[in-house]
Amino acid sequence: MRIAMTYTRLRVEERMLIDAFEDFGADVTPIDLRTVVFNPTSLGEWAQYDAVFDRSLSLTNTLTSIRILESLGVRCINPLHAIETCADKLATTLAFIRAGVPTPEVRVAVDSDSGLDAIEQLGYPCVLKPTVGSWGRLVSRINDRDAAESILEHREVLGSVNHSVVYAQEHINKPDRDIRVFVVGGNAIAAIERRSEHWLTNTARGAVAAGMEVTPELADLSTRAVASVGADIAAVDLLECPSRGLLVNEINHSMEFRNSTTTTGVDIHRVVAQHTLDIAQAHASQAAGDGDIHPVQRACDASIDGEGAGSSGTPEREGVLA
Amino acid sequence: MSTATITATCPECDATVNFDRAPLNGEIARCTDCSAELEVINTDPITLELAPEVEEDWGE
Repeated sequence: MRIAMTYTRLRVEERMLIDAFEDFGADVTPIDLRTVVFNPTSLGEWAQYDAVFDRSLSLTNTLTSIRILESLGVRCINPLHAIETCADKLATTLAFIRAGVPTPEVRVAVDSDSGLDAIEQLGYPCVLKPTVGSWGRLVSRINDRDAAESILEHREVLGSVNHSVVYAQEHINKPDRDIRVFVVGGNAIAAIERRSEHWLTNTARGAVAAGMEVTPELADLSTRAVASVGADIAAVDLLECPSRGLLVNEINHSMEFRNSTTTTGVDIHRVVAQHTLDIAQAHASQAAGDGDIHPVQRACDASIDGEGAGSSGTPEREGVLA
Repeated sequence: MSTATITATCPECDATVNFDRAPLNGEIARCTDCSAELEVINTDPITLELAPEVEEDWGE
């Protein structure tokens, strides 16, 4: 199998994944997205790969590249739709609601005045988050109306247009931890708790991770959550509500795990790499089953037939077909 | 038998940055002297520059 692993920064996680791929005998090529020029009508060099495994920590780079590659028929891990859903907290919430995955209550507005109403409908304290963001950035716990008014004004004046969407989430009075479950190929393979004295429990904000048991309930909720967004590989963050039990907070499509392999005893990177190879193998087998039909041709045909992910029209093919 | 040490120079403070193994392009290293976060921009010879600042869209 030939895997392209796209990245923006080669972190510990990426190095661990490369090692795992090589241990499994796969040919893995790390590709710095900052060096790539994409031609949306031609696979070019990308035709040599059985799958593209995205590990870019830049959402913009990820969406740009995966959008093009998937359109050209490349099997991407994770698929574009999953990434788009996971990256947007509102889209994630909607996916959870549709799938019946328990999740904190949310109110949404697109104006500061109605945003204040949204916050007050949930009551104080309340949590305000940008719909797009990670590592706990610009996440606020609003304890009273004064704070709500101030934060909304700051967002309006200082924020980008992305911050004009008021995504208010009920505050969950969780114990001093949240829980992360790593889901690969529909299986909850490991779980950690992240403890912090601060109410934000991102490890990026200083929370300390420790391995914990994947209970049947954690496995059920996390796998259902991942299925609802269509991801191959994801990390699910859950909160423990004193009155309603476990609630799924959000899903991360490009999970970090450097703090989690030792503490859980699970070689998360190896399970991820193996599943990626399984996906690539299945995709290659399907291509072989379609005879000499190149994935691009197959994607085009599927588009004409009205099916298939990532197909959006018929790209011109410049010598791509065998 | 001596073990070859893989090193590069920190562009900020000129200190020696040690690597456990040959780094790949784009890999992140940290200078233990000045704590600068560095990126490998060339592997032969190993060349370091300041790693890009965290961007607004970075994350999981």
